[in-house]
Amino acid sequence: MLQRIINDSRTRQEFPDLSQHNNHMAKVLTLEMYANLRDKQTPSGFTVDDVIQTGVDNPGHPFIMTVGCVAGDEETYEVFKDLLDPVIEDRHGGYKPTDKHKTDLNPDNLQGGDDLDPNYVLSSRVRTGRSIRGFCLPPHCSRGERRAIEGLSVEALGALDGDLKGKYYALKDMTEEEQQQLIDDHFLFDKPVSPLLLASGMARDWPDARGIWHNDNKTFLVWVNEEDHLRVISMQKGGNMKEVFNRFCTGLTKIEELFKEKGHEFMWNEHLGYVLTCPSNLGTGMRGGVHVKLPNLSKHEKFGEILKRLRLQKRGTGGVDTAAVGGVFDISNADRLGFSEVELVQMVVDGVKLLVEMEKHLEAGQSIDDLMPEQK
Amino acid sequence: LIVSYHRKKKKISTFIYIPSTFIWRVLVCFYRVKMASSFARVLSSKRKVGILSLVGAGSLTVGFFLNKEQRVNAGAHVRRIYPPSAEYPDLRKHNNCMASHLTPAVYAKLCDKTTPNGYTLDLAIQTGVDNPGHPFIKTVGMVAGDEESYEVFADIFNPVIKERHNGYDPCNMKHPTDLDSSKIRGGQFDEKYVLSSRVRTGRSIRGLSLPPACTRAERREVERVVIDALAGLKGDLTGKYYSLTLMTEQEQQQLIDDHFLFDKPVSPLLTCAGMARDWPDARGIWHNNEKTFLVWVNEEDHTRVISMEKGGNMRRVFERFCKGLQEVERLIQEKGWEFMWNERLGYILTCPSNLGTGLRAGVHVTLPRLSKDPRFPKILDNLRLQKRGTGGVDTAAVGNTFDISNLDRLGQSEVQLVQTVIDGVNYLIECEKKLERGQDIKIPAPISQFK
Repeated sequence: MLQRIINDSRTRQEFPDLSQHNNHMAKVLTLEMYANLRDKQTPSGFTVDDVIQTGVDNPGHPFIMTVGCVAGDEETYEVFKDLLDPVIEDRHGGYKPTDKHKTDLNPDNLQGGDDLDPNYVLSSRVRTGRSIRGFCLPPHCSRGERRAIEGLSVEALGALDGDLKGKYYALKDMTEEEQQQLIDDHFLFDKPVSPLLLASGMARDWPDARGIWHNDNKTFLVWVNEEDHLRVISMQKGGNMKEVFNRFCTGLTKIEELFKEKGHEFMWNEHLGYVLTCPSNLGTGMRGGVHVKLPNLSKHEKFGEILKRLRLQKRGTGGVDTAAVGGVFDISNADRLGFSEVELVQMVVDGVKLLVEMEKHLEAGQSIDDLMPEQK
Repeated sequence: LIVSYHRKKKKISTFIYIPSTFIWRVLVCFYRVKMASSFARVLSSKRKVGILSLVGAGSLTVGFFLNKEQRVNAGAHVRRIYPPSAEYPDLRKHNNCMASHLTPAVYAKLCDKTTPNGYTLDLAIQTGVDNPGHPFIKTVGMVAGDEESYEVFADIFNPVIKERHNGYDPCNMKHPTDLDSSKIRGGQFDEKYVLSSRVRTGRSIRGLSLPPACTRAERREVERVVIDALAGLKGDLTGKYYSLTLMTEQEQQQLIDDHFLFDKPVSPLLTCAGMARDWPDARGIWHNNEKTFLVWVNEEDHTRVISMEKGGNMRRVFERFCKGLQEVERLIQEKGWEFMWNERLGYILTCPSNLGTGLRAGVHVTLPRLSKDPRFPKILDNLRLQKRGTGGVDTAAVGNTFDISNLDRLGQSEVQLVQTVIDGVNYLIECEKKLERGQDIKIPAPISQFK
């Protein structure tokens, strides 16, 4: 009893002041929850204070709900499930701790997607992330671990052939010319400046063990040790999303095989799907989308509602938190967890097809009322 | 609840008595080498036996007396799967004091050690790894997470300190502390040239971790201890505390207008060391009503203490400085606390560059002719002075007005350093006057560094 009184007092003194905060972690974390989780740590020593630091340091924005917590390793999602399960449920549209996530990387299951009108759809892209089981994630990994991740990844990627054959550019060894070329290709990633990432320790030791790999055709790209162990991107100009997704699935599957040959696997379980650093990227971790010209539709009063029903999300062409330029929008799936990869890309393909049709209607001065979709 | 304690060498026993029908006796033993609670170390550093009476379960101190937790940062020990050579940072492009002295051998020797609080070498050097430095400015590249860091990681701190402090060798030299302002000679500058005078330093509360490593509870305890003491200041030192989390819009504007308000650090040198965590929790500014004595709480150090006024009365500025510091020290000692200090390193602060006195005494002085003289840098050098722009470190001078202050921090006392500034600035003003009269000036002989 005495110990409990004292523990209470200590916990209260350590509990963060979240009164000005607006992120998923702050909505969920109570004093009692914090008290229970304070004594725990993952086998690699990640604590609840480590999990929430980024959310404490970044109160958030009144209109944008950030997640406010990160994982330091695969076990974080288990050890701190009292905190992370409700955060996941909130962030991923009611996904329950007992729900199961489907993984489907068979591109043959995608219907259509090869005929999006290139007059409107300028480019197509699919990205996801992967973590190597047994290693700590970017907020927590040591230099030795990060280097080992780089080594394994470069080895696996080096074995890819055919149209996936490519080359690795380590950030710290890059020449001036290589750097400029990667910038021109829009491939180069830089040291994170967002306080959301910095506060969680992901930029430590930059640029040690970070790099970019891409195939010779410049259609398949892998980032090593940026916000996740691996970020995998398949992209090309035009509207052939099917080809993009095809390459995406083939590439990922091949990479996974190569890792398995060396005795490594990706972090995955049937509840959370692929495990990544940020809870917002669980499940598929996938964002599949297009850059599409919608100057008329984007001004329509029902644009937001249409996107919502199609389970799509809009961003500017610079990515998250940028403005659209010249009526060109980045349209992608809003969900990550609870739907398979095929299902999500299907939603994008079908949804974008409809959006383009609506745009054409509006161009011709016709109404789009009878084209309004149902809520998916 | 009443807690009584007595201290033995390396062992602390704590007895708890509850005024009820039964008496509980709790025995907790700490060993300084293991993960001792920070508050337990406070007890062990006290010089006398006493009885503290604490009222209510809300008292933080009670909680920490009984702290048995072993969880603090156990990661460093648990996760050594890679040899030191695989963990050694790539410092080939680096130009800071840490990078100059952290050889693979030193790294291997220290990488498995932790302070009693769990602070590790990797944590201490993180800021230096993340910030390779500037080819012309050599930054320090490492910080201390607690007082013990300077002992546990002495093999890297000592050579860094020696390089940064111009040859002061912590292994065989002692640092003199002297806050007796009556020893100052002169100190009233010609106000035609000197626009303002200022002295600043920092102080850390023994037993609590430093800003890179402190938990929220420790940081709040620092705040509580310090503002408790500051509330006891009287006379011309009477003042008020403005907490960053609670200040009103008007208070904030006033503090900005007074040039008192400090903001969340943006410099990567500080953010990479973890000093901005949980901002603005437990941070604040205290100043006296006359706005001549100012204390920052939990910014880059536990406290930063500043005495300043317009004009050239450095003597009075230093008098107030010493008086304020000594009063605050007395007040925290009444409550059983003390400042971090030892005779090897003087006052202990977060950055090794601020050890010793942690003192920067300076003036804003107009030197239109002298500043254009090519001998100016050498004169400053020999006088052991440093120039900065009027915006502080890394700013440019505006309209011939410079910030001139002491170069050294460690190895000389406060009195000696302030005297150096006074004598030096007087010399500079003499040079300026000579140049005004068309006379020639002389470069002074270099003054000796360690007296």
